[in-house]
Amino acid sequence: MTSLVVAEHDNASIKGATLNTVTAATQCGGDVHVLVAGHNAAEAAKQAAQIAGVSKVIHAEGEHFAHGLAENVAAQVLALAGSYSHILFPATASGKNIAPRVAAKLDVGQISDVTKIDSPDTFERPIYAGNAIATVQSLDEKKVITVRTTGFDPAAATGGSGSVESASAVADSGKSHFEGNEIAKNDRPELTAAKIIVSGGRALGSSEKFNEVMTPLADKLGAAMGASRAAVDAGYAPNDWQVGQTGKIVAPQLYIAAGISGAIQHLAGMKDSKVIVAINKDPEAPIFSVADYGLEADLFTAIPELVKAL
Amino acid sequence: MKVLVPVKRVVDYNVKVRVKSDGTGVDIANVKMSMNPFDEIAVEEAVRLKEKGVATEVIAVSCGPAQCQETLRTAMAIGADRAILVETTEELQPLSVAKLLKAVFEKEQPGLVILGKQAIDDDCNQTGQMLAALLDLPQATFASKVEVADGKAKVTREVDGGLETVSITLPAIVTTDLRLNEPRYVTLPNIMKAKKKQLDNFKPADLGVDIKAHLKTLKVSEPPKRSAGIKVPDVATLVAKLKNEAKVI
Repeated sequence: MTSLVVAEHDNASIKGATLNTVTAATQCGGDVHVLVAGHNAAEAAKQAAQIAGVSKVIHAEGEHFAHGLAENVAAQVLALAGSYSHILFPATASGKNIAPRVAAKLDVGQISDVTKIDSPDTFERPIYAGNAIATVQSLDEKKVITVRTTGFDPAAATGGSGSVESASAVADSGKSHFEGNEIAKNDRPELTAAKIIVSGGRALGSSEKFNEVMTPLADKLGAAMGASRAAVDAGYAPNDWQVGQTGKIVAPQLYIAAGISGAIQHLAGMKDSKVIVAINKDPEAPIFSVADYGLEADLFTAIPELVKAL
Repeated sequence: MKVLVPVKRVVDYNVKVRVKSDGTGVDIANVKMSMNPFDEIAVEEAVRLKEKGVATEVIAVSCGPAQCQETLRTAMAIGADRAILVETTEELQPLSVAKLLKAVFEKEQPGLVILGKQAIDDDCNQTGQMLAALLDLPQATFASKVEVADGKAKVTREVDGGLETVSITLPAIVTTDLRLNEPRYVTLPNIMKAKKKQLDNFKPADLGVDIKAHLKTLKVSEPPKRSAGIKVPDVATLVAKLKNEAKVI
């Protein structure tokens, strides 16, 4: 029994979500191999070999892997799939894009967003926006899994001594081309990896107010910034700040929700946070039912006061 | 070009579901059902493509029990031209749905398939990608903008950290993200008109698809409850609690 973890990387370095996925792979039992498919990705492959618990890194090199197009990466995974019992991806935008493609080609079901591994074939995963937890048993020989990173501790990024092996790259599918991207510049910690998150909702009223009120608090705490869907849809905050069922799933030490009512779709993304603080004017807001500390106040006065008190 | 839009009937997104006490599943008897929100966005996008003259016909398809007809009627009220129901009472997992959709695809030969990125009941986010794999077609998931021209689709995708644009050769599979569009409200006259539109009914056996479970649900349980919190009277108390009691700052 051997597991293959499909690494998420930007060619130069391994992304944090890969480390949580390695932990999940270790819990499936057996050896853990990591696939790094990329362009000029030798450095990322070297890093992957140092992750504790990884015994082998397979490095596939090709220009058509540069942007992680699903068609090409899935084909590369399939070329190697024969010798693995478990194929794991982080449940990120990239992993979710590729994993089902691999599963369908292998004619096996895929298990999404696994939060716990009970045995090599039995897994727990949230359904209905996290309002229920399903324990599922895979009836297939090969398991294709995406791992909810907040469900597993990250493996140590150093201390491992895996070997790096080159694999011959599959050909470019030619059906899909990367045209460009717009990655938001951000000096803050990454949302899914942050220890503290301050998150704002519709009550902020405008993007200027959002920045004016929330940024000093985030700066003071060294926190990442998040937002509810309402705030994102209204244009107060960028899309990739959205926390919730259809946005990012986070579980920081401290989550501060300001002006967020707490719809089930939002709670699905943050209710595993260690400590939740809610600041809201409305005493009936559902967010208070999950908050460890609730402050019933106008956020426009409470947050500046909070910044001063810290 | 025909556009095929798969739609799913799910528990309405406003309903707070309850786990059955025997742990066999979620209680969905007598709860409000509606079209999966991401699928509404998919139908809207297909109808807009038709209004722009890019698509010639929009076909909605749903797999599941007879009640899925209501969901298909809703799709036709938004503007789909006709609908296909693949009727079965068996439990359908994403791979089975993808196989059924593959059979429908081969029958109809659309130029584009637009699906929702995930269904809000099983939260799988798999069917579109699986369909693309089975048909060996390119995919563009989590789309927030779609432009079709010259046998290609240019799709802006929502990825971690920002946006990414890919160009895919048609026929292709696209899955919708929330910000692709704002679905229109259905009007009463359109609901009436939708009742007269064509709805074909197939069984999985008619399509030559064998439905097989790949996952067995052993148990469904309530998520762990958070212990009740407290309300603090002012900011000073909040800071003191966070520092001394929770020790998180």
